[in-house]
Amino acid sequence: MATVEREQAVMTINMGPQHPSTHGVLRLILTLEGETVIDAEPVIGYLHTAIEKEAEHKTYHKVITLNDRLDYVSGMTNNFAYCLAVEKLLGIEPPLRGQYLRVIVSELQRIASHLVFLGTTALEIGIMSAFFYCFREREKILDLFEMLCGARLTYSYIIVGGVRYDLPDGWVEKCREFLREFPKAWRELDELISKNPIWLNRTKGIGILKKEDAIAWGVTGPSLRASGVAWDLRKTMPYSSYDHFDFEIVTAEEGDTYARYWVRMLEMLESLKIVRQALDNLPTGPVLADHPWATPPPKNLLDKDMEALIRHFLFYSRGYPVPPGEAYAAVESARGEVGFYIVSDGSEKPYRMHMRAPSFIHVHALPVVAKGHLIADLVAILASFDPVMGEVDR
Amino acid sequence: MTEQTETLADVEHLLQITERLKNFLGEEAIEEVKVHNGEVTVTVRRENLLEALQHLRDEEKFEMLVDATAVDYLPLRGEPRFEVVYHLLSLTHRLRLRVKVRVRSDDAWVPTACHIYPSANPYEREIWDMFGIKVEGHPNLKRILTYDEFPGHPLRKDFPLFWQPGQPLEKPEKPFEEW
Amino acid sequence: MKVDIVRTTIDGREITIAPPGKARGDVLEEELDEEMREVIGRNVLLAKLEDLLNVGVVRAIVNWAKRNSLWPATFGLACCAIEMMATVASRNDIARFGAEVFRGSPRQADVMIVSGRCSWKMAPVLRRIYDQMPNPKWVIAMGTCASCGGVFQNYAIVQGVDQIVPVDVYVAGCPPRPENLLHGIMMLQEKIKNERIGEHRSKEVP
Repeated sequence: MATVEREQAVMTINMGPQHPSTHGVLRLILTLEGETVIDAEPVIGYLHTAIEKEAEHKTYHKVITLNDRLDYVSGMTNNFAYCLAVEKLLGIEPPLRGQYLRVIVSELQRIASHLVFLGTTALEIGIMSAFFYCFREREKILDLFEMLCGARLTYSYIIVGGVRYDLPDGWVEKCREFLREFPKAWRELDELISKNPIWLNRTKGIGILKKEDAIAWGVTGPSLRASGVAWDLRKTMPYSSYDHFDFEIVTAEEGDTYARYWVRMLEMLESLKIVRQALDNLPTGPVLADHPWATPPPKNLLDKDMEALIRHFLFYSRGYPVPPGEAYAAVESARGEVGFYIVSDGSEKPYRMHMRAPSFIHVHALPVVAKGHLIADLVAILASFDPVMGEVDR
Repeated sequence: MTEQTETLADVEHLLQITERLKNFLGEEAIEEVKVHNGEVTVTVRRENLLEALQHLRDEEKFEMLVDATAVDYLPLRGEPRFEVVYHLLSLTHRLRLRVKVRVRSDDAWVPTACHIYPSANPYEREIWDMFGIKVEGHPNLKRILTYDEFPGHPLRKDFPLFWQPGQPLEKPEKPFEEW
Repeated sequence: MKVDIVRTTIDGREITIAPPGKARGDVLEEELDEEMREVIGRNVLLAKLEDLLNVGVVRAIVNWAKRNSLWPATFGLACCAIEMMATVASRNDIARFGAEVFRGSPRQADVMIVSGRCSWKMAPVLRRIYDQMPNPKWVIAMGTCASCGGVFQNYAIVQGVDQIVPVDVYVAGCPPRPENLLHGIMMLQEKIKNERIGEHRSKEVP
């Protein structure tokens, strides 16, 4: 049969901001030839919230509540990175128990965030049951967080100097119960998804991101580790006593969608390891550093001590002045490297607060990866980079 | 404490790197090297920015541009008004370096770093959108976070916080006092 | 602050911004020409039978069917969308209220749950999705950002989506718990129970 050269018309189609599969309000302008993607230009800004400008008008403590809403799927890590940057400027170091609690909470948050990734990716590829299984497990983690700090999604639990509250009674037992039960759920998800021929067809070999491209494009987090680069801020540039724990950096070689999925699955198990070690070795002591003005005083002193009352009032109303300077602190979140660059002019409000969002870069690295694939593959690739539009648009 | 000695060793290493950068570029190219809280900041002149970034990427192995942003210093020190800040990360040496360029407001442009670090592409569009600093040579310099007809550049200090479309954009009101 | 009706262009599209709470659901009258009016008037058979249908039993049955099968259109914007997903999940099951089928296309949906902060860049898109939904349609503003601007009082966020689309139920919370959203849906069901049939249609037919 003779092959006939047909001229395929090139179409420009809009995959609009309201779309069930774009993980929020991302708009992609696709240039298609038939169903093959030639170019996918992301248009962002549909969730622009001017958080950086608002932060210049609020005191350092109140900015923590704004930060939660940036990467809303993993709220603890935004607070963590911001507090590390402010603590660098102030010169405070939280006590060891506070650091361990920060680690426990970050790792549980990482598991919860990866469960959202898995649930929504599986939903978009077609495995709807995985969505319900993942959210069922996530509810258990959110129960733990609610017991700890009262909120399910926007916590503001990690503050400058440590964490806000100590563990309530019964929390450690409930957490250990979760650590016992979660591997069973993990195995259930693994059996459902990993060897599924439909899943393998739709994710193996799709969206390969090469090592040099990943580094040149500033990709960090599980997407970078799935391309073969062993870079994890918790191990390579440890912060907040992560060097006390024993865990491994999970990498994969191929850099395709399946590798990014598998790296996240294994990272969930590594996080379980870290939480178990942290609970076993949890030191006693205060959870909040006792700085004369940058941390709130303990509540039980408020009705006995006048100075504590004054300090409490000034902390919550006027705020605390931070020495002038600038600082950048980064944290390994479920998506990548979340960093905060804070410039201070000596007053109680940040002069400039900038968030380095991993999803901002991942969304713009999409055209590089998605050339030559079909639209259905584009959906899988976008899901595997796990973008959250809250931090893309800030 | 091990953390302190490690930070000191890192700072030493970074200062050596800045020495080599100074030798490469010449004395006048580097305006200031500051060490603060364990971080090293190098301020270069705008003419030497691209050479500096190229040198840092190729010779000193700072492979990744982690962040690029700008700060508006109008109420604090006047001219030069803006500072464009690049954060570089070296995976081989596990170091971070901050490179700054000072830009005046009547002459607000920087050359593009897209050819050296492709990840600078979206950051430079954001710098244009939020601050109005033109980026020469950028392939696609359009607004990225605000809508196309947005008047002004929001993160400048003289843009008001609370403005709604349809209102005229007058001179900024008093800063919003918050208790 | 005092806001009159303003018409601006965002991203090349015209949008009408109303004072808070006063957005209108229908197309503005002067934009319809004679032919259009006739077409709309002629095909709405049910509206002409309105008086016949507003008898107690028929109304009760029709409203029961409408309120127990509300199909939402996916309009998850920000953090509230994650809580909306948690409401869909198995612990707080929205399917027992009939709302399990989240339609991707607004043309097949009944209710639009605006969950999350709506920025001014997104506002024309929000209005367009609302216009694409067929009558009868309702809007739930989930969360404080959709109800009144929420934590964010700045140049980028719509201070309440009721400046753009008419809202039926406001659910407060930041983000509202899944139980909160279910309560909001139940309130909407109560509202539908007491509605007149053809209530939405009466605004279209001149």
